Amino acid sequence: MSGRIDERPALRDGSPDTPDGPYVVELRDVTKMYGGRVQALRGVNLAIGAGELVAIVGPSGSGKSTMLHMIGTLDRPSGGTVRIAGHDVAGLSDRELSALRARHLGFVFQKFHLSPGTSALDNVADGLLYAGVPLRVRRERAAAALERVGLGHRLGHRPEQMSGGEQQRVAVARAVAGDPPLLLADEPTGNLDSAAGAEVLRVLRDLHAAGTTIAVITHDMEIAEWCPRRVRVRDGRIVNDEGSGHRPPAEITIGARE
Amino acid sequence: MTRRLVPARLGPADVLRVGAAGLRTRPTRVFLSALGIAIGIATMIAVIGISSSSREQLLRQLDRLGTNMLTVSAGHTLFGDTSQLPTGAVAMVKRIGPVSTAAATGTVDATVRRTNLIPKAVTGGIAVQAATTDLLTALEGSVTKGTWLNAATERQPAVVLGSVAAKRLGVDRTGVRVWIGNRWFTVIGVLGPMPLAPEIERSALVGFPVAAERLGFDGHPTTIYERSAEESVEAVRSVLPRTVNPENPEEVEVSRPSDALAARAAAAGAFTNLLLGLGGVALLVGGVGVANTMVISVLERRKEIGLRRSLGATRGQVRIQFLTESLLLSALGGVAGSVLGALATVGYALSQGWPPVVPPWAIAGAVGATLVVGTVAGLYPAMRAARLSPTVALAT
Repeated sequence: MSGRIDERPALRDGSPDTPDGPYVVELRDVTKMYGGRVQALRGVNLAIGAGELVAIVGPSGSGKSTMLHMIGTLDRPSGGTVRIAGHDVAGLSDRELSALRARHLGFVFQKFHLSPGTSALDNVADGLLYAGVPLRVRRERAAAALERVGLGHRLGHRPEQMSGGEQQRVAVARAVAGDPPLLLADEPTGNLDSAAGAEVLRVLRDLHAAGTTIAVITHDMEIAEWCPRRVRVRDGRIVNDEGSGHRPPAEITIGARE
Repeated sequence: MTRRLVPARLGPADVLRVGAAGLRTRPTRVFLSALGIAIGIATMIAVIGISSSSREQLLRQLDRLGTNMLTVSAGHTLFGDTSQLPTGAVAMVKRIGPVSTAAATGTVDATVRRTNLIPKAVTGGIAVQAATTDLLTALEGSVTKGTWLNAATERQPAVVLGSVAAKRLGVDRTGVRVWIGNRWFTVIGVLGPMPLAPEIERSALVGFPVAAERLGFDGHPTTIYERSAEESVEAVRSVLPRTVNPENPEEVEVSRPSDALAARAAAAGAFTNLLLGLGGVALLVGGVGVANTMVISVLERRKEIGLRRSLGATRGQVRIQFLTESLLLSALGGVAGSVLGALATVGYALSQGWPPVVPPWAIAGAVGATLVVGTVAGLYPAMRAARLSPTVALAT
């Protein structure tokens, strides 16, 4: 059985040197092998420009998690080029990659990963710890970020005193407190009911409107349809890339009651 | 190309904050693993502290009693018979330049009993001795009741009892009479303790003249006590035998009673090595406990490590975090152990009536040992944590 061949090159509008650039994310012919046998990515080309809202969607085992590792510089490709915010990942040491993550990337995880027993403010402030920001400034920016996600009134609450949606919004605030050029959200609504999920999507929508580049990795078609640009992944290849990431997302229909 | 990527450095305050964060959320585990270290450190501090207190007590006693006293006693002749000191020996000793005081006692062949109804054989281990009137000065002793012998009472049937002798005879006040030889003597004084001359504590002391007159004392001193300037003790020691007994200097024995106390002070630390080793083993076991806690902690906190890596922590920063945590953990134990050890020392020393001494070097050593243990115990878990892939945060 032959897989669908990706006819349209995912890297649109030519090379990154065109006036359309600079791209925040550029993947060129990226392959990833695990243990020398399992081919998770089989030559992926993808470019995400500044300010886009993109869904990377696919079923489990499609390679979308591996793509997240590549884009998040948490792992290196076996072949091809990964450029994040203009830096070629292959040429960077582990220390430089860490600095890249500290300054240019924000992560939102499916399971929030907040420190229990620590206030929302300090959870968010700790997101700036490795960017070399002094504690007082960290707290100021954390308060501002929590304000942005609509939790300005819950600075002193601990994660266990908050709902799932609120916890995920704290995690989003932590990811965007340092104003990173790219926000990576891995199944951001995966652990939430639809009302709470809608809360988080609204926050993402507002961030997108304010100019943040956002990549949402998900297997949920509903979330994918909500995003203005959709990159479908299957069997380690991009099978479809449609829409413009610069347009606003669709109306949030899921959990629309509120 | 944009500017070079250089990871930010964490300030000391942030390193401490991050290191302490892991401890704050697991108080029970922190308590238990710090306890191991605390027991080890407390044992070592207490062992050192108690032996130091005991030594301090002996040294203070030495200081109080002085080390400038020598005693001269009759030895043995070449043929093994007991020799005698010449009757003029005390006067001779007093003539040595640096000697400040000299006094003598002479053994009297008599027994002291509470009354004449008590059989002669029941002496209670108390010797009857003739004493010169300056004996109390030479010994720097004191009377706890009554008075010491003087030029008048040394000719009278008066007796001063050593502290032990008084207790054994059941005499607790002056004025009572005791039976010495074949007649009554009146107790006119009781002496205080004499750590440098315990034989005096067990003696009933009468004057030289009355002993010669009424108890058949031959006038030969048995022991001479002399004090000289501290710096010339050795010089005096070397000339004493010839001065005391010019004809047979080899029959004279000279000793320095304070040497026994000094030896005890020196020996006070000797037996502690074994206990110190025991504390060391406890500390080692505590260190293994900390290492174990840290390994488990790293395993449990893979997600947190991944999160920190995704937030931009370098491998080095993760390593430092767990090393700091391990150091804090053992430092906590070290501080608690030092306090416990010091308290044990103070408690024991006070119960013994010793001056409590916890040497600063012991505390410094404890802190040093804790830091070493914390580093060694934390090194391997910290390396493991640093080697974890940043992708573990995303694994579900």
